[in-house]
Amino acid sequence: MLSRIAESLFWIGRYLERAEDTGRIVEVHQHQLLDDPTVDHAQAARDLLLLMGRAVEEEEPDVLTYLCYDEKSPVSFVNAFGQAREAARRARETVSTEVWESINTTWLAIRGGRLQRMRPASMFKFVRERCAVISGLADNTMSHDEGWLFLTLGRSIERIDMTSRLLSTPSLARNSPRAWDHVLSGCGAHHAFVQRYGALASERDAAEFLILDRLFPRSLIYTLGSAVDALTQLGPGNQRIRPDDPAARLLGAARASLEFLPPDEILSELPEQMGKLQVVCSQTTQAVSVRYFEGSAAAEWVGGAW
Amino acid sequence: MSVLFDDYPRGQSAYDEMVGPDGVRSAQRTVADGLERLGLDEVRSRAEYLSSSYIDQGVTFDIGGEERPFPLDVVPRVMQADEFAHIEAGSKQRVLAMEAFLDDIYTEGRCFSEGVIPRHVVASSPHFHRVMAGITTANGVRVHVAGIDLIRGNDGVYRVLEDNVRSPSGVSYVMTNRRAINAALPEVASRHRIRPVENYPSELLKALRAAAPSGVSDPTVVVLTPGVYNSAYFEHAMLARMMGVELVEGRDLVAHGGHVSLRTTRGLRPVHVIYRRIDDEFLDPAVFRADSLLGCAGLLNAARAGNVTIANAVGNGVADDKLVYTYLPDLIRFYLGEDPILASVDTWRLEEAAAREEVLDRLAELVVKPVDGSGGKGIVIGPRASAEELERLRRQILKDARGWIAQPVVQLSTVPTMIDGKLRPRHVDLRPFVVNSGSDIFVLPGGLTRVALPEGELIVNSSQGGGSKDTWVLHDGRPTERRRTKQPTPRSVSVPLSEQVIDRVIRHQHEQQQQNQPGEASC
Repeated sequence: MLSRIAESLFWIGRYLERAEDTGRIVEVHQHQLLDDPTVDHAQAARDLLLLMGRAVEEEEPDVLTYLCYDEKSPVSFVNAFGQAREAARRARETVSTEVWESINTTWLAIRGGRLQRMRPASMFKFVRERCAVISGLADNTMSHDEGWLFLTLGRSIERIDMTSRLLSTPSLARNSPRAWDHVLSGCGAHHAFVQRYGALASERDAAEFLILDRLFPRSLIYTLGSAVDALTQLGPGNQRIRPDDPAARLLGAARASLEFLPPDEILSELPEQMGKLQVVCSQTTQAVSVRYFEGSAAAEWVGGAW
Repeated sequence: MSVLFDDYPRGQSAYDEMVGPDGVRSAQRTVADGLERLGLDEVRSRAEYLSSSYIDQGVTFDIGGEERPFPLDVVPRVMQADEFAHIEAGSKQRVLAMEAFLDDIYTEGRCFSEGVIPRHVVASSPHFHRVMAGITTANGVRVHVAGIDLIRGNDGVYRVLEDNVRSPSGVSYVMTNRRAINAALPEVASRHRIRPVENYPSELLKALRAAAPSGVSDPTVVVLTPGVYNSAYFEHAMLARMMGVELVEGRDLVAHGGHVSLRTTRGLRPVHVIYRRIDDEFLDPAVFRADSLLGCAGLLNAARAGNVTIANAVGNGVADDKLVYTYLPDLIRFYLGEDPILASVDTWRLEEAAAREEVLDRLAELVVKPVDGSGGKGIVIGPRASAEELERLRRQILKDARGWIAQPVVQLSTVPTMIDGKLRPRHVDLRPFVVNSGSDIFVLPGGLTRVALPEGELIVNSSQGGGSKDTWVLHDGRPTERRRTKQPTPRSVSVPLSEQVIDRVIRHQHEQQQQNQPGEASC
């Protein structure tokens, strides 16, 4: 597969997941504000933006604008959709028609300030559902070949990164009694969690579930597993010794360090562990692009006589 | 007539393909009836469906870097079988003559020595590339794809307006238009036997594979695009997708040692046939424009070495130079020994002194076109031009007579088109697409009908904001023989059996068992 196309697919996966997860994170943030009358709104908003990689100078920044509506804000999900759509346009002969159309109609539906007219709750639901439709179409209409593996890899890496940020939000709203409930709902995990642990579960149980559950598709362990699987399938098979793949090594080590975390330290070490995970995500991306995408670097041609 | 065509202008100066002076032409009756049956409101809503479905699918055309949906009109243009057979034969003939001409000018030059066309006409064409001399492809084809622009005058006769043998675009819209119209007007479409257009990508792939360098049994074919900012990017992506080949940009290619390869996630992979949609000048910075970032340095070397085929061939532009166009009837007679099947538009060659003088006298009533322009750029329509524009044109002609041709203003035919909720006559042209595989020439039934949307506008180009119509070529009525090889097997269905039925079955089976006594041949 063309390096350039592989790179586009990887980023389609990442941007779509980023759009979805940004929506999830903002929703959790809003619920936490509503639930806890003592929280300092301005501080919470600045913390959240910092968590999403955006430092702002305003006293009380408008989270909805920065993270949702503003097409120019690099951390808004409208922006992420725009980027995904542009990447899909460049890889148009590779993504299936269904996937392209679905990305295109979603982007048309949300750009140009249309989201402001929706109630935030419906907006989050809309974004989540559109993302589910797109990724369902990708899984069901594209061959699970190299292209789809890059899409899945991008989606997984982004999900690890964003889920780790989502898991950091309770430590921002430290006093909020229901912070973990919101995080669970944000991950779409509330139902699955209650089924597994019952209604009397503790905060630690929630963290454990979202980090370590092997069957829930948004848990960190599950997602790390999908990313490693995709990398394994992309690499050369049937080798006697594990192929030297820095990306797989990074993800594998991160998975092991989470998996073997002493149960009592899950909550206390959470912010630190999540921070590490975000570094792993960016290093992995770097390693994947060196290995698979560098071939797409623009050819250099120095004009003139020769 | 009913409400749809009630106030439709009739007996105008231009030939209308659907409505004659006495009402709807008999050959077009079924379509008109179909639309009438739906009623005006319904036809309007179908037209709206068309435009929204094109926006959703991203069927677009870029103008100045801005992506716009490509307007598709709801009323199809209908052509009878014999009408198209004529166009088909004429298009094939032109392509064969242009192939012979291109081969000749880059090798022997018989047409010059025999005096069919002056050598300087070819040598002075900006698209004549000496570097191509001696480069031939394995199967000798240079015009893999051609688009022949046709217009229909007041007399209803189709005439060739120009040839496009560099990289004619628009064929993707023929395919998307058909699918969209079938979805929007199923009642009307199903009442006709329309020749299909969906096999174009396979015909194109066949021709491209046939053009592969000799000795390559399973060639790798790619489509080379300038990138997403090109106006026809939608088409490049669609052709690549429908042929199942890679769509590449210049930066995806590497030429080394006379070979061309693709940069892939698993290293370099050799390429054999490049269906390029990049102009000659940008194709190979080592030969043409050194500042081009769109192409790939060394491409032409690889072509010369015979390791890669560039389709369409570099240097084809000579054949669609509008001055060479005026010689094409002679070239057809010279190379093929036949009379031209398709008529041409009268054209003055401005480099001939007598013609120039006449044209300069009559500038205000003629159309003057640059010989190598495309997309309607630079065309001056005399009757609509201001005195200033004409004066500027006069100076340009005097300075560079080779650069211009003049033609009488041809009234393009019109077809009813939905404008602001009403059917109105709008001018159309037709671009049939021709694919040459070397052993066979395929003409796509129909072609792209482009519509000039502003009233009275005669330039129908997409880059001028034109729209399009689905073009139906009707089948000649002979039923295609289709034999059913096998009876379809009915699917087994599971239905809840009522207890009574079950009882009956059990009783029946009991009886059977009693009849089949042991030892009595149960196998």
